[in-house]
Amino acid sequence: MGGACLSLLESGDHAMERILRDWKYVFFFVAPALILYSALLLVPIFWSMGYSLFDGFPISGFRFMGFGNYLRAWKDQDFLRSFWFSAKYALVVTPGQIGLGFLLSLLYFLVLKRASRLSVLIRTLVFFPVVLPTVAVAQMFVKLFEITPQYGLVNAILDVLGLDGWIRPFLGRGDTAFWVAASMNIWTAMGFYAVLLYSGLLDIPQELIESARLDGASGWNLVRLIITPLLRPLFITSTIFSLNGTLKVFDQILALTGGGPGKSTTPLTLYMYRTAFHYNQYGYGSTIAVILTIECLLVTGILSFFRQKTE
Amino acid sequence: MRKRLFFTPFIILLVILEAYPLVWLVSSSLKAPYEFTTQPIYAFSEKLWWGNYAKAWTEGKIGVYFRNSVIVTFPSLFLVLFLGTMAAFGIEIMRWKLKNVVLFFFLAGIMIPVQMILLPLFVFYYRTGLLDTRWALFLTYVTYGLPLTVFFMTSYFQALPPEILEASILDGASLIQVFFRVAVPMAANAIFTLAMVQFFFIWNDLIFSLTFVSKTELRTIQTGLLNFVGRFGQIEWGPTFAAISLAVIPTFLLYLFLSRLIMEGLTAGALKG
Repeated sequence: MGGACLSLLESGDHAMERILRDWKYVFFFVAPALILYSALLLVPIFWSMGYSLFDGFPISGFRFMGFGNYLRAWKDQDFLRSFWFSAKYALVVTPGQIGLGFLLSLLYFLVLKRASRLSVLIRTLVFFPVVLPTVAVAQMFVKLFEITPQYGLVNAILDVLGLDGWIRPFLGRGDTAFWVAASMNIWTAMGFYAVLLYSGLLDIPQELIESARLDGASGWNLVRLIITPLLRPLFITSTIFSLNGTLKVFDQILALTGGGPGKSTTPLTLYMYRTAFHYNQYGYGSTIAVILTIECLLVTGILSFFRQKTE
Repeated sequence: MRKRLFFTPFIILLVILEAYPLVWLVSSSLKAPYEFTTQPIYAFSEKLWWGNYAKAWTEGKIGVYFRNSVIVTFPSLFLVLFLGTMAAFGIEIMRWKLKNVVLFFFLAGIMIPVQMILLPLFVFYYRTGLLDTRWALFLTYVTYGLPLTVFFMTSYFQALPPEILEASILDGASLIQVFFRVAVPMAANAIFTLAMVQFFFIWNDLIFSLTFVSKTELRTIQTGLLNFVGRFGQIEWGPTFAAISLAVIPTFLLYLFLSRLIMEGLTAGALKG
């Protein structure tokens, strides 16, 4: 009896193995996605890498350059300016997003009652800009900081408060435009990091926090000694995610300043776009894309390494 | 209690900072043209001036852009979820040699900036005559959405006890039946969450739409809005505010009903991505 059962199981296992190893089905399930993905994503990556070694574009023909385009980038003032703009933008916006997101998550976790209507309402409200079309948000900010033909909201409020000295064409000057762009991104994204970090806070065992409270840790000490160390892996994950957004920023800047005034707020992504599609320099445009890609992969790789070390 | 009082001003400030610009946006969209010059920009309008919306919708073509976004978003969304879930099933459930290599290939795509594939795709669509058609957008959205879909769904299938699917295979169901009748219904919640994440990625796309489509009749909501403010933005504030509001309102309605799921989905997408 037992023997019969066992052989049935074995044949079942065998049949299972045969069915799950049937390459016709593997092909049926995986091939459509894999073919599309290879053709329109993997091949283009290598294609771009190839372009970066040439000069020209399809109609004029291409000329082999070797690493000439990379040397050109090294000496190109516009490239360097864009590179530093992107770096500066990432170094301001990422800490801003995560820092304010963290403060908000502490507000949700420590101050507001978890399930209360108010808490849900505030979380929902602060998260909302995350899903808004970026062009709509950027255009709203254009109007907020407008100066002609009428004052936008910010200049109008400064006017009422009698702070006339502060009234200025915020988007008409490189330095203020940078800060408008940075604050817009932080305003949009902080609710996202707040919810992300809040979900991490909810995973901390309640007893841990209670016992720390009994030991006299409260407020600032509780945050510094208990919460922050426990959230470290999540902070690194957030940083990876945030840097991948800020280094690749495109929509928001294009719709807010168009890279201007002049070229003062042009990130690498936009510089690549202009080089490729306005000046038809396919080779050099691809070179910028390759450098951007390497930058993102490096940042992600280094941070992932740190995350693994902390885990 | 004291703690509450201490934080109240911060909470009020936060609510103002988040909500007021949006309230201001919608209230400004209802102003008559002369009110922009006679009244300060923060004043509410005396009467509701719906004419701005009519102008944005017809003359500004926001209606056309909106329709284009719908036409291209939903089929792309359906196909990326369908193909991605199938691939994830094939990779995670089935047993074959190169499956980890293929999974790695898919995941590698998550980090790649759009700029890295933009030029080759442009050339490819140009040569195949797909440039300036909805097909270019459709194909690109499906492809660019695959990495996250495959990743999300393989982790879902990985967490699933294998007995559940194996039981139905032993019952004599073919793998295709198992996929459609067991795996997909079981994964319905995960797929729905993922659908929302992908919806916002596709709906809010700017760069692909900007690059592959230049005909006004084919522009989507983001490129259309950009085009609109390029033409009307400086002079006609009322219709501009109305156009921006029109882009915001559908998102707001969706968010109103699904905010909890959207928040969970997008943050889960981040953790996995």
